[in-house]
Amino acid sequence: MSERMGFFTDTSVCIGCKACEVACKEWNDVPDDGFVFRATSYDNTGALGASTWRHVAFIENGDGWLMSSDVCKHCTDAACLDVCPTGALFRTEFDTVVVQSDVCNGCGYCVPACPYGVIDRREGDGRAWKCTMCYDRLRGGLEPACAKACPTDSIQFGPLDELRERAAARVAGLHAAGRTEARLYGEDPADGVGGDGAFFLLMAEPETYGLPPDPVVTTRDLPAMWRWAAAAALSMVGVTVLATAGRRR
Amino acid sequence: MGAREWAGRWPVLRQLAGQDPRRDAARSARTDALVPRTATADSVARSVCPYCAVGCGQLVYVKDGKVTQIEGDPDSPISRGRLCPKGSASKQLVTRPGRVTEVLYRRPHGTGWERLDLERAMDMIADRVVETRRRTWEQTCEGEQVRRTLGIASLGGATLDNEENYLMKKLYTAMGAVQIENQARI
Amino acid sequence: MAECHPVGFQWVMEAKARGTKVFHIDPRFTRTSAMADHHVPIRAGSDIVLLGALINHVLSGGHDFREYVLAYTNAADIVSAEFRDTEDLDGLFSGFDAESRTYDPASWSYEPAEEGEAAPRGGEHAGGGRHHAETARPDQYGSGGATAHPRPRRDETLTHPRCVYQLLKRHFSRYSPEMVEQMCGIPAADFHRLAAAVVAASGREHTTAWVYSVGWTQHTVGVQYIRSAAILQLLLGNMGRPGGGILALRGHASIQGSTDIPTLFNILPGYLPMPKAGVNRGLEEYLAHAATDTGFWGNKRSYLVSLLKSWWGDAATAANDYCYDYLPRLTGDHGTYSTVLGQIDGTVKGYFVVGENPAVGSSGGRTQRLGLAGLEWLVVRDMTLIETATFWRDGPEIETGELRPEDIGTEVFFLPAASHVEKEGTFTQTQRLLQWREKAVEPPGDCRSDLWFYYHLGKRIRQRLADDEIDRPLRDLTWDYPEHGESREPSAEAVLREINGTGPDGRALSSYLDLKADGSTRCGCWIYCGVYADEVNQAARRKPGGEQSLVAPEWGWAWPLNRRMLYNRASADPRGRPWSERKAYVWWDEERGEWTGADVPDFERDKSPDYRPPPGATAQAAISGTDPFIMQADGKGWLFAPSGLGDGPLPAHYEPHESPLPNLLYGQRANPARKIYDRPETPYNPAGSSRFPYVLTTYRLTEHHTAGGMSRTLPYLAELQPEMFCEVSPELAAERGLVNGGWATIVTSRAAIEARVLVSGRVRALRLQGRTIHQVGVPYHWGWAGGGVVTGDAANDLMPIVLDPNVYIQEGKASTCDIRPGRRPTGRALLDLIEEYRRE
Repeated sequence: MSERMGFFTDTSVCIGCKACEVACKEWNDVPDDGFVFRATSYDNTGALGASTWRHVAFIENGDGWLMSSDVCKHCTDAACLDVCPTGALFRTEFDTVVVQSDVCNGCGYCVPACPYGVIDRREGDGRAWKCTMCYDRLRGGLEPACAKACPTDSIQFGPLDELRERAAARVAGLHAAGRTEARLYGEDPADGVGGDGAFFLLMAEPETYGLPPDPVVTTRDLPAMWRWAAAAALSMVGVTVLATAGRRR
Repeated sequence: MGAREWAGRWPVLRQLAGQDPRRDAARSARTDALVPRTATADSVARSVCPYCAVGCGQLVYVKDGKVTQIEGDPDSPISRGRLCPKGSASKQLVTRPGRVTEVLYRRPHGTGWERLDLERAMDMIADRVVETRRRTWEQTCEGEQVRRTLGIASLGGATLDNEENYLMKKLYTAMGAVQIENQARI
Repeated sequence: MAECHPVGFQWVMEAKARGTKVFHIDPRFTRTSAMADHHVPIRAGSDIVLLGALINHVLSGGHDFREYVLAYTNAADIVSAEFRDTEDLDGLFSGFDAESRTYDPASWSYEPAEEGEAAPRGGEHAGGGRHHAETARPDQYGSGGATAHPRPRRDETLTHPRCVYQLLKRHFSRYSPEMVEQMCGIPAADFHRLAAAVVAASGREHTTAWVYSVGWTQHTVGVQYIRSAAILQLLLGNMGRPGGGILALRGHASIQGSTDIPTLFNILPGYLPMPKAGVNRGLEEYLAHAATDTGFWGNKRSYLVSLLKSWWGDAATAANDYCYDYLPRLTGDHGTYSTVLGQIDGTVKGYFVVGENPAVGSSGGRTQRLGLAGLEWLVVRDMTLIETATFWRDGPEIETGELRPEDIGTEVFFLPAASHVEKEGTFTQTQRLLQWREKAVEPPGDCRSDLWFYYHLGKRIRQRLADDEIDRPLRDLTWDYPEHGESREPSAEAVLREINGTGPDGRALSSYLDLKADGSTRCGCWIYCGVYADEVNQAARRKPGGEQSLVAPEWGWAWPLNRRMLYNRASADPRGRPWSERKAYVWWDEERGEWTGADVPDFERDKSPDYRPPPGATAQAAISGTDPFIMQADGKGWLFAPSGLGDGPLPAHYEPHESPLPNLLYGQRANPARKIYDRPETPYNPAGSSRFPYVLTTYRLTEHHTAGGMSRTLPYLAELQPEMFCEVSPELAAERGLVNGGWATIVTSRAAIEARVLVSGRVRALRLQGRTIHQVGVPYHWGWAGGGVVTGDAANDLMPIVLDPNVYIQEGKASTCDIRPGRRPTGRALLDLIEEYRRE
């Protein structure tokens, strides 16, 4: 297996350009997510969802802006993966969490399981979609599209261990410069999701960005979940195979 | 892949067979075959973003005569492989289905578009230029030679290539058209 | 910059990480403001007050970089005793003619070094610009080099009351922090912080850079905004040095190229002026007036003759003045706005619109559309059915009932264009860098490059010529380029090679220094000479940045001669040594007898710092070894411009044409030389009108591009900013009953448009002159159709047609408006609303 790869999103240098949103869509062929003026500052994306895998939030704080690009956290203890009865969700050789669209049957168990509200089913399609950390690109030795496009390196991609070191140094630097509000979010392996594969440097409380302060893997107390899920899935297998084969025609 | 063979790869069966249910056992054949589409491109053109004037390098990947990906050129000392949302959307600019690819013609006082053959359109435009130029020719103005027409004008965008601007200015000037303008003034 | 040039902004972020202080001066709070150390909100249209106060701060505090200023600027030059400043004439300079609204710059000239000293050939210098005033109207400015005496009388002590330094001190003395507070709405403490930072970051060890975009240019005093910055940077020694300069961030992929190889009415390629009727009768008369004789413009004959040879080839001979008379002549303003008025008046019959969308992208949208409706024929080339192509069926005037499609006689040809990946060619980006694009795929369907269009149109026109005099310039035109492929695409590389130029042996030239005035060389644009040096397309060079120095000289090609920083001789002191180790860039290597360093020296490589021009020297020989500004007649940076500007030798603050405020600095309220069009189609809001109490400014968003043709049409961009909106402060929202997310109608004398409302604390109400000034900001990316997946009203419909007198740019960044809650009326009722506003 390769090293665990991840994202470190340093929101202190995010300029809110949304290149990540567009680069993600172009690479992954994600459809548009509607043309809705939300009157929420410069954010007309709203939230992560089946057709939005990167979301740049604009937080108006008094007379300024906090900007931050949110993404699937690729949790160490990933509830979405735990509850997936079909094996559509799996953990890759990069320790990222990916939905296989050819396997997903749209059951939707993963949707409420996610403590961050990231994964969702796409209208009209029914299947669950979310950030893959550009799994195909990773397999080709490329960095994810969002990280590559990011003009200011706010989105950094690399081995998680290295990113954690870099992040710690960045926080220390900001603190030394008087920016004591800087803090990391999701980098701690001891947190409720075992640490995130995609973690953040925030310039305010997580709640300010709409992030849960203490996310907990929803399946923590269900170690037996998998055996149950596998059995349940097996009972459905015949039906699903037929349905999936039908879709492929 | 036949249904039976495919069913044999069904993650649940592989999990029951003892593979890690959330890792290798879950992988579909499609997943195993994944490669970035840039890796299978027939050609890569080195280009430049058409939006603002920073001049970010773009790599344009082509497969079977179609653009399959446009992303930043890491070699560029200007952009170092990065692109803004507009630059990142360039593939859509080029490949979107709604792009108009036919000549359209609206006759005077007409209420709708008509199709027109490109060659015929070019002939018609050339006829109009020649006729208008003759009709509006000014050899002198207030007794001074001016040798021009004020009957034909042009306004260009600033995404024109240098070579294009050059031919425009050259042809217009030889034609005697002087009201030749560009976004550069706007 | 983060807003409109995000990828360029990565370098600002790097600088910031290294300790650079970033100030963002903008009426609007943008993504740049969010990243800056300090955002300084300013009233739109008041920047000269701020820049003037910074200049005053530098001068009165003795903060100027004296050695640099003495050696490299015209600070010591003594100006004619006839000159009168705005201090003397309450806001006017000497030489103003109220009737023609123009200046005679004669009195702005330098005093010659010796009484009665003959000026160098050309005749413009001794007369102190008088000749210039007779021959050059503002439509000539921006071309060639402005003329000035190369050796005026100087006072190196800078104490003579008429030396430039003292004139500057006096002129800017009223630009005080208090004035900044009253006119710009910037509190004195914020001003002092900015001034201290600028001074601290200038000198031998440090430099300050100013970065601007059209927020500085789209004003009736736009050119003087840039002049103000130039004066400040010259005084602080920040020009021609690394980390310094005044950087224009241009907004389009090759807008720089569109000026260098202009599709602009007043210039020929390489900033040579277009000839003017009556005063440029023959080649000799043209050359006598075209530019200066000293400095590199002194080679103008070689530049022009080589251009004429590249256009008319063997037909251009010494005997016929190289076909100089084939060039059409100007008789004044032929700019885009007067052209549109000509369309309405019926003089302009046919119009080519190529990758541009004036129906929503130019000021006074209604005027633009009435112009289009007045044409006999219109050719639109674009990638999408923009509003300019469809105005006749779905324009706002159709909706209001003013026009009916049946009544519009315009014949419209829409020709689909190839995209940037479907053709090859060069863009010139914002730092003069030419980058060649490879062609990736063939264009679909009828889509063709503009190169194809003009080449084949030219061929067809040439097939239809008569045998008479009128058609000779077209018959003799060199118009033969290799064709490729099924669609017979002309070779862009062959065109680039023609632009580069060839020598007597037919080989590509390497340098404009090789151009000859005898007709033996050809060159389509002298400043681009060298882009095809050694028969190699230098613009296609792609040595990875990581394998080069930071200057990256082997990526693309920068004009002139691959120099990446202009006037970089100034990065060394007069003796040729770097001002400091930290700021070393280009310096004189005494041993090797040449200039060397990180960049190609923007100076003759072997010209010693000790070189002094002999009497009567012309061209570059007239530039001494210590004069870095080699395009100038005297090689100096001009703190005071003795000629070349239509509205004064020094910047003075004038209020925008439409402004809610008086000018506290002078009795003269607005720029006296601004270009006004008295037309019923595009009336003005009265200055100081209570009907239009708010400042209106337009701008861009990261997610969109200009008038939207390349962004509204793309779902991935359109979804990010799907609707036209305006930004207002909470105070203004309260005053006018505007609700976040609701609708507002914005009204001027030209139009009323609707927009969704964003109420934000980011938008600051400014307190000044005992009142509150509100600013309404509107992005201008929307239009009613344009093949867009999102549509909206066009901001440019609101804007007036009033122009800077030097370059004819419109005042798009500062005008006035009213704003009211709710959507605008439609149909006839919309016209009634505008009429109601006009009447009051």
